[in-house]
Amino acid sequence: MVKELTVISGKGGCGKTTIAASFVALAKDPVIADADVDAADMHILLHPQVRKKEKFSGLDVAKKDDDKCIDCGKCYDNCRYGAFDSDNTLHPEKCEGCAVCAMVCPVEAIQMVERNAGEAYISDTRFGPLVHAKLHAGEEASGKLVALVRQRAKEVAEETGKELILIDGPPGTGCTVIASLTGVDLVLVVFEPTLSGIHDAKRIIEVARHFKIQVLACINKYDINEENTEQIMQFCKEENIEVVGKIPYDDTATDAMVAEKTVIEFSDGSMAKAIQDIWQKIGKAWT
Amino acid sequence: MLIDCDVEGPNSHIFFKEPMVKFKDVSIPAPKFDLEKCTLCGKCAEFCQYNAIAITGEKLLFFEELCHGCGGCKILCPDDAITEADHQIGIIEKGGKKDLMLYHGLLNIGEPFGVPIIRELKQFADESKTTIFDSPPGTACPAVEAMRDSDFCILVTEPTPFGLHDLMLTVDVARELGTPFGVVVNRDGIGDDRVERYCTGEKIPLLAKIPNDIQIAKLYSRGMPIVEGLPEYKAVFSGLYDKIREMV
Repeated sequence: MVKELTVISGKGGCGKTTIAASFVALAKDPVIADADVDAADMHILLHPQVRKKEKFSGLDVAKKDDDKCIDCGKCYDNCRYGAFDSDNTLHPEKCEGCAVCAMVCPVEAIQMVERNAGEAYISDTRFGPLVHAKLHAGEEASGKLVALVRQRAKEVAEETGKELILIDGPPGTGCTVIASLTGVDLVLVVFEPTLSGIHDAKRIIEVARHFKIQVLACINKYDINEENTEQIMQFCKEENIEVVGKIPYDDTATDAMVAEKTVIEFSDGSMAKAIQDIWQKIGKAWT
Repeated sequence: MLIDCDVEGPNSHIFFKEPMVKFKDVSIPAPKFDLEKCTLCGKCAEFCQYNAIAITGEKLLFFEELCHGCGGCKILCPDDAITEADHQIGIIEKGGKKDLMLYHGLLNIGEPFGVPIIRELKQFADESKTTIFDSPPGTACPAVEAMRDSDFCILVTEPTPFGLHDLMLTVDVARELGTPFGVVVNRDGIGDDRVERYCTGEKIPLLAKIPNDIQIAKLYSRGMPIVEGLPEYKAVFSGLYDKIREMV
């Protein structure tokens, strides 16, 4: 059975990708999936060689033939996303692809056409296969692209007999997050001991619980506010969430990133040790 | 006025002592099916672009979270079996102080689409005042919805490879929207100079640099604005504000 682990934090900038990339270096034979499709950063550290590329079209977009249009205004009246002006001018960038305009148009002046919303890749890295994607600027349906990335990662794992998929999750609690959490075996929530980090991590724990997924927690940069760290420990205790480690604030994270390496490859200092320790504890929690 | 558009994880209120108070619900219309009238013809399921409706055997299944509230199924239904009712997806809260109002939205846990809340939030912008929108992260629809129609965008980044990469993606969005923009480098001093070289090469104005100061990180962790805890940084921020005023 292939197992899936998602690393997530709610808020951006908590060190989620730094930690996930370190796990990649520590894991035995993983498949890696970067689910942060609108700001994917994993590839910066992993230097993937793209092996397979596919187009992602997401939802269709309305296209209007002005020669056929009789200006009846039905598209404007029925569109709920403001994609039409009152003079029936279409703004495709506001279209959510629902196809109501094409249905109500009496003269077939509107068609739903495929949009080029992004690309998904299967690549090779020094640690194993990486499935990643690029969503074009401002596109919809990013949750669908995450689902595609996870689907491809699963196929790669099954084809090559690998047992672990490591997923670097996106920030927030919306469609991309839901798509990167549903059905995984374990979620590691990265806390940052700032009030906003705590606020957002608590929300993401609610999301994970909503989908009935086992949650572990770790605290990154724990020493920038030890009082808040204590609060997080207390909260996790009350919520019955195991805290699998605390990582000190360390410039190594940035230095490794500049060198385009994982922390594990770059240093054997306190940060690397803390992450190794967490990785071991995750292994134990799993069995 | 401050409007926090990060409805999946709003944080601006943390920097205010004043509590946030619920102001209103945000709902989208969702279909209600009259199963007496429904003949299971399947036209709605076939039409729905979001796969929110499915017919399996003798049953109609509706997945409320996937529904975008477009109303297509209701228009299409040949048996008039569909009406609409509000599906609450989140709330808007109001707070802040007399001279600095704050609005933010909260997307319900488990709901995937926050854009309708961002749209409603932006209605509260007072045209007679300077309104600052705190945008969600990323470059997908929520971030675009927050950036749209602004007079100016401040793109905040860090001088690291991740920072540069995500900045470049956001520059693409700002350019596509046609919104004037500039860059603020946060935690200046860490990382490398690739962000600065990129901005110079692309002729993007570098509006301000905020140093990598552990005192700032500590203030932030407690939810205190930099300019209150470290007044020496006031000049950096008022300079930034003046620069933007000149450019807009």
